[in-house]
Amino acid sequence: MADLSKVFEVEIITPDRVFHKGEATMIEFNTAAGEIGVYKNHIPLTTVLAPGVVTIHRDGEENVIAAVHSGFAEILPEKVTLLAEVAEWPDEIDVGRAEAAMKRAEERLAHRTESVDVMRAELALRRALVRIDIAK
Amino acid sequence: MASMRDIKRRKSSIQSTQQITKAMKLVSTVKLQKARSRAEQTNPYTNHMYQTIRSILTKSANVNHPYLISGESPKKAVVAITSNRGLAGGYNSNIVKLIANSGLPKEDVEIYAIGNKGQDALIRRGYHIKYSDSELIEAPTYPDAAALCKQVLEAFTNGEIGEIYLAYTHFKNTVSQEPTLIKLLPVEIDTTESEEPVGATAQMVYEPTEEEALDMIIPKYITSLFYGALVEAVASENGARMQAMDSATSNAEDIISDLTLKYNRARQGAITQELTEIIAGASAIS
Repeated sequence: MADLSKVFEVEIITPDRVFHKGEATMIEFNTAAGEIGVYKNHIPLTTVLAPGVVTIHRDGEENVIAAVHSGFAEILPEKVTLLAEVAEWPDEIDVGRAEAAMKRAEERLAHRTESVDVMRAELALRRALVRIDIAK
Repeated sequence: MASMRDIKRRKSSIQSTQQITKAMKLVSTVKLQKARSRAEQTNPYTNHMYQTIRSILTKSANVNHPYLISGESPKKAVVAITSNRGLAGGYNSNIVKLIANSGLPKEDVEIYAIGNKGQDALIRRGYHIKYSDSELIEAPTYPDAAALCKQVLEAFTNGEIGEIYLAYTHFKNTVSQEPTLIKLLPVEIDTTESEEPVGATAQMVYEPTEEEALDMIIPKYITSLFYGALVEAVASENGARMQAMDSATSNAEDIISDLTLKYNRARQGAITQELTEIIAGASAIS
């Protein structure tokens, strides 16, 4: 049984569903300012998410891993809520599609022309990399 | 009295209409169940978004952000969500009436029409349609809502429009749907009443800064409202259609029973008449 003094609530909500709801002892994710790890009793913080892997550590149980793209996180001492526009479990990811997307984005970045939206291509590349990374 | 043949023809015509309305009712009942569960699953996201926005604004009342101030343009964008199909009772006309009675001057309103029916009715009333995407309502997805949001926000940031409104049908429950008009931008949130304990949000830290957080969160907030409204509108449409078709079916039932009575009377009358003639003829011979 988990040590209650370390456990806090985690919720990942997407527009279509409550993606994940459970308990954790630590959660790691990517923010616009870099990767952070959150334990219980963190100071209240609202921060912008960057595409990345969310790892939820649980006492005595396997870690929960998911891919999250864009959104924001609300951190309270007892609870962490991730409002993500897109969230995926590893087994929901189509690796073939992600690899194709990665190649497309790399191509676009390699041959930059006026019409290429560099920001968009970079974001697409990051999303694809996160997907491939997590699915393996 | 109408002839037996006329009554029979009318009755069978109403019977086939009834079959159609009955089938439509069944179809919209099934669609409603699907749409309703989708709408319910969207709720937590939208609610949480609202809470977050509110707590940021409550805390930072003097933040000076373009999304919090009306643009200079007198134009107002109204996103009108209606359906592509009729036969849903007052569903579409209620939205049109709501916009017409909202007190927004007609010449300043730019309509972003989602759904054919509302678009046509608003054109008839002399509104200017700026943008129209009727396919959206068939199967609303979050990326669709995001694209719509981008369109409207761009017009707002360019100064083409000064305020943004959203007109959609709020799905209360299966039997009651409420046409609603809300103001999206500038963001106006009632910051006076606070349901949650102030302590929970008072010391919230924002990363990067509050302004940047607002910059990023407000478009997402509006997208989530669009998405929520689209999903609810689909549920409302099917709810309204289900009710309309239900009452159409029961009306048809009433008319049919009335006609059956008339038909039986006409038949009895014809038999009586025939009998009288035969008896009269027989007595004339003898």
